[in-house]
Amino acid sequence: MKIAVCIKQVVTRDWPLRAAESSTWVRDDDASFEMNEPDAYALEEALRLKERHGGEVVVCSAGPARVSQVIREALARGADRAIHVQSDALSTAGADAVAAALAGAMEGDAFDLVLTGLQSDDQGFGQTGVVLAERLGLPHATIIMEVDVGADGGSLRVKRELESGWFQWVSMPLPALLTIQSGINQLRYATLRGIMAAKRKEVRIVPLDALESQGQRILELYVPDKTSATRFIDGSAPEAARELVRLLREEARVL
Amino acid sequence: MILVIAEQRGGALNPASWETVAAAQQMDAPVTVVVAGAGVQGVAAEIAAADVAEVLAVDHDALDPYTPDGFVGALAQVVARTGPSLVLFPHTYQTRDYAPALAARVGRALIPDCIGSKVRDGDRVFVRPMFQGKFVADVLPEGPAPHFASFQIGAYRADACSRGAAPAAVRAVAVEVGAAAIRQRPEALFKEAKQAVDLTQAERIVAVGRGIKGQEHLSLAQDLARALDAELAASRPICDSGWLPMDRQIGSSGQTVAPKLYLAVGISGAIQHLVGMKGSRTIVAVNKDADAPIFEVADYGIVGDLFEIAPAIVAALDGE
Ligand SMILES: Cc1cc2nc3c(=O)[nH]c(=O)nc-3n(C[C@H](O)[C@H](O)[C@H](O)COP(=O)(O)OP(=O)(O)OC[C@H]3O[C@@H](n4cnc5c(N)ncnc54)[C@H](O)[C@@H]3O)c2cc1C
Ligand SMILES: Nc1ncnc2c1ncn2[C@@H]1O[C@H](COP(=O)(O)O)[C@@H](O)[C@H]1O
Repeated sequence: MKIAVCIKQVVTRDWPLRAAESSTWVRDDDASFEMNEPDAYALEEALRLKERHGGEVVVCSAGPARVSQVIREALARGADRAIHVQSDALSTAGADAVAAALAGAMEGDAFDLVLTGLQSDDQGFGQTGVVLAERLGLPHATIIMEVDVGADGGSLRVKRELESGWFQWVSMPLPALLTIQSGINQLRYATLRGIMAAKRKEVRIVPLDALESQGQRILELYVPDKTSATRFIDGSAPEAARELVRLLREEARVL
Repeated sequence: MILVIAEQRGGALNPASWETVAAAQQMDAPVTVVVAGAGVQGVAAEIAAADVAEVLAVDHDALDPYTPDGFVGALAQVVARTGPSLVLFPHTYQTRDYAPALAARVGRALIPDCIGSKVRDGDRVFVRPMFQGKFVADVLPEGPAPHFASFQIGAYRADACSRGAAPAAVRAVAVEVGAAAIRQRPEALFKEAKQAVDLTQAERIVAVGRGIKGQEHLSLAQDLARALDAELAASRPICDSGWLPMDRQIGSSGQTVAPKLYLAVGISGAIQHLVGMKGSRTIVAVNKDADAPIFEVADYGIVGDLFEIAPAIVAALDGE
């Protein structure tokens, strides 16, 4: 099976974010970056499918040159090669432009299965995978928690997560695209051997001159107004803790 | 004209549909509601109570059960035929599953998960959270109409939806959906075997999030739960990592709880977590980031390091 995994590089979760001068994005020139969380699960699922059914795992990433960091990490975890669609404009692009860029670079490969994460930590569109499926003409299913490839190798049966504890199995023919939910498996980490091997793996760089129409534009990014009436308790840890316990007993009466 | 795509399953209207109608009613254009599925007359009549111009019933056997291929195919025809300026959805799992493909099919982009909408310099813009709710953005749809947007559940109130003096007209709209065009074969919905822990009955809950850093530190939260005579619960990443069983997860894909006391330690307060606990009577948050969205729903907050504060709370409880 030839499996593509779409991996986005996002600002590290703990990075103290501030709006940029332009106020249409955050300041990230000195930020640290990491692999978008559900994408790590998608990669792991692809590696497990390859272990079971054979084939190849290809990382597909769209973004500026810095994205090579997550590409190397994915290769170190076991992916075979990578496609890097490169353009600075991709770092803040909308889902449609990103899907168009990825589709263009992936078309020649005739993948049997394309995996994406469910949602990115920065834009949070939750739609790049679905738009990519539409562009590639593939059937898709979203929020997937289990993947079974049929004995014939030509079909899939997948478990979708729905609201409030409901699930549903869905079958479809291959090739197909799935958006993977965090928690579908337990992640592996790169070994030293993997890191060494990654250095020799192929990364095909596809330069992108112009983004396709975005369909949407961020006019302004800002910190939301605080509307809550949270009572903040100050002081040293022991002082704050004692005051909290007092308030929970005497004011909220929940202890 | 604004199209609102209501959601139903098996003849039951998803109440989030009212919220989206409420959002549309604030936009100064006639609102038409679309209900798609098989046997949707009842649902169409139900939502026709809203003060809207018309309800379109898109009835076709191939639309039940729901599949993304079926819905994209059918609704693309409805959009083409009605020529709306806007197409709005409640941001449900079903919307996530097909609306981006529907927008792409008609050559547009979906602005998803919006929490509001306003007119800015003469243009209608949509307000949506970014960076896990740490920021919001005013987003302008570009290119010609129709524009597509979905609204986060709870962003508008269902009871803000105004009702009409008389029910709106319900009109059947015929669509062509070839069975062969539907590639997904869905099976019946199911729930996993009964959960071992029922957190909905707990009076007090201590919920732990990724701020706890590692499984080896979980005892900190366990001690706190014990000292408060509370059940231990968690955000999704803790359960995803296998540090606690799935049935202790709170949120949209976990349990929904409303205890007397909900103490969140090291939880940022993503919307998918908040929907599972914001009904709690008293919410306390301990987080090192004063801007964490969890403080938006907290009654009491301590900004600081949970590794100092959690043991201090245990000591304060034990200390008399
Ligand atoms: C479809 C879908 C369904 C989902 N369902 C759920 C669900 O049911 N339940 C759920 O919880 N999530 C769910 N999620 C995930 C959700 O979006 C968030 O990713 C998740 O809730 C984040 O968990 P967290 O707050 O523990 O981690 P983070 O967002 O990483 O937050 C960790 C917090 O800990 C704080 N912190 C770090 N160190 C310390 C310290 N030393 N002291 C004090 N504070 C510290 C940080 O400031 C931060 O605010 C779902 C997501 C999707 C897309
Ligand atoms: N720039 C990108 N490069 C590679 N994959 C991406 C990119 N942006 C989004 N994706 C994929 O699409 C998923 C959903 O992202 P989003 O639609 O932004 O929430 C992510 O989890 C990734 O798998």
